[in-house]
Amino acid sequence: MTWTSLNAGIALPEIFLLCATCALLLIDLFVSDARRGVTHALALVTLAITGVLLWCGYSPAPELAFSAMFVADPIATLAKGGMVLGVALVLIYGRSYAADRGIYKGELYSLTLFSLSGMMVMASAVNLLTLYVGLELLSLSLYALVALQRDSVNATESAMKYFVLGALASGMLLYGMSMIYGATGSLNVYEIGHRLLVGEGNRLLAVFGLVFIVTGIAFKLGAVPFHMWVPDVYHGAPTVITQLIGSAPKLAAFAFIIRLLAQALEGFAPDWRGMLIVLAVLSLAIGNLSAIAQSNIKRMFAYSTISHMGFLLLGILVANPVGYSASFFYAFTYVLTAAAGFGLVMLLARNGFEADQLDDYKGLARKHPWFGFMMLMVMFSMAGIPVFVGFFAKLAVLKAVVNLGMVWLAVFAVMMSLIGAFYYLRVVKLMYFDEPVNDITLSGGLGAKIVLSLNCLALLVMGLFPNYLLSMLNDAVVFSLPL
Amino acid sequence: MLQNYFPILMFLVVGVLVGVVPMLLGWGVGKVLGTVNPDPAKLSPYECGFEAFEDARMQFDVRYYLVAILFILFDLEVAFLVPWAVVLDEIGMFGFLSMMIFLAVLVVGFVYEWMKGALEWE
Repeated sequence: MTWTSLNAGIALPEIFLLCATCALLLIDLFVSDARRGVTHALALVTLAITGVLLWCGYSPAPELAFSAMFVADPIATLAKGGMVLGVALVLIYGRSYAADRGIYKGELYSLTLFSLSGMMVMASAVNLLTLYVGLELLSLSLYALVALQRDSVNATESAMKYFVLGALASGMLLYGMSMIYGATGSLNVYEIGHRLLVGEGNRLLAVFGLVFIVTGIAFKLGAVPFHMWVPDVYHGAPTVITQLIGSAPKLAAFAFIIRLLAQALEGFAPDWRGMLIVLAVLSLAIGNLSAIAQSNIKRMFAYSTISHMGFLLLGILVANPVGYSASFFYAFTYVLTAAAGFGLVMLLARNGFEADQLDDYKGLARKHPWFGFMMLMVMFSMAGIPVFVGFFAKLAVLKAVVNLGMVWLAVFAVMMSLIGAFYYLRVVKLMYFDEPVNDITLSGGLGAKIVLSLNCLALLVMGLFPNYLLSMLNDAVVFSLPL
Repeated sequence: MLQNYFPILMFLVVGVLVGVVPMLLGWGVGKVLGTVNPDPAKLSPYECGFEAFEDARMQFDVRYYLVAILFILFDLEVAFLVPWAVVLDEIGMFGFLSMMIFLAVLVVGFVYEWMKGALEWE
């Protein structure tokens, strides 16, 4: 083994991110609380350089590194770009919110960047062990981040629930992986995929492994019936962490599913399609129906996430590049939409006031017409109203499902979105047609407000010109998956 | 075929002997040479400062967890260092520098815990 055979240059963005995070961890030790802006700026610079390295390292053909444990293919690179952007938005929107709540510490930054490293490893891993290590790095950082507000009963309770259920899910996933290894004798994703396609290995054992893996994925994704942790964690965590959990990891989860189901277990597509149909139908139904009953906007977003994950699964269960790229587009745009939604919640929150009740949004459009309009765009995009990007994301997924011949499934998804439109439009109604019940003031710096506005406008612009991103993601999927 | 398992059988036998012989030896020698003078403290099992039998849900200092976690973290590296040191001749510069990178990451963690005051008891 030599340095050149490692081919470590492929992983340069990850290596840089990890080194910079370790440096940040040490630099922050010498930064006083009053000058925490240094840490904030360094974290953003780290993310920017990581993004540039990703951009420079883009190659259309998959390249392997670290003895075929790590791959840089277009799916991974684009997903990582989305994650870096998502995490940068978390840090920008969350700064003043975190400062008001005593969690504006170095750990907020180091743990967030470590979770990003975990996500990036998840996206690039082509070995079951590397996949698992990436997932654990992400999960462990998130458990700690949820509990960052130590004195809050809600936060510690939700961290505990998240930890226990997350550990259970990891166990399931690992058990499934061990069965796949037992059935095929390999940990490499490509190798497993090849052996199962040509009919080698113990198929019965592999199917058992598949069931455990799908269960583990559904837990991590928060798909019904494995969704019970989602509302509690979204509600209990500080909103800045809720934004982190609700945005970038969805892209990591997408890449994770592609590696496990589309690449390793490609030969079992008819088997896992049935399981994903059940998960998707239940997620769409329960997510949308339960969201109606919520009076807390963070819980509402949690149930809406569950229904969006149903849509994500709809694209994947099509099991061809068209479906995968539709799901990729869905995940990508969902990251931006969710980031904007939670960013607006944090904009209204101030010291001692969370702005997490729906009634807190009454009359927002009269007091602050611009940010009322921004919230309207986020809600319209999540509801899937045309011109906004959420519509095209849903359209792409539904087209893929109809092409497969499952019209009933597409009709069901549309009906559930229609039910979902009710609770999104209710927020718009509260903002535009109700009298304000309390004085609404905006927190956050000018920079955060500008980025937030650009983020919301991007939902409109991407909706006006969806083809550019859609074709880019489609190419990425076609180049990455061997046909 | 079965002969391949002979070393394992030997290992089991030696393991049992190592466990049982000192115990019997201690008991036998004690019987012959010792005096029997029991008191409650001598007869109770040793449990590092805690009562041996009480409610398991008692509170104890969170610093025990901290020390235990830090111990496990830095104890595990020895499990990697020993086999690495044994084959250092064969793995060359690549192996040496790989371990140095691993240790550098650990040092970052060590500096962090030290500066945060996690190593101070009071």
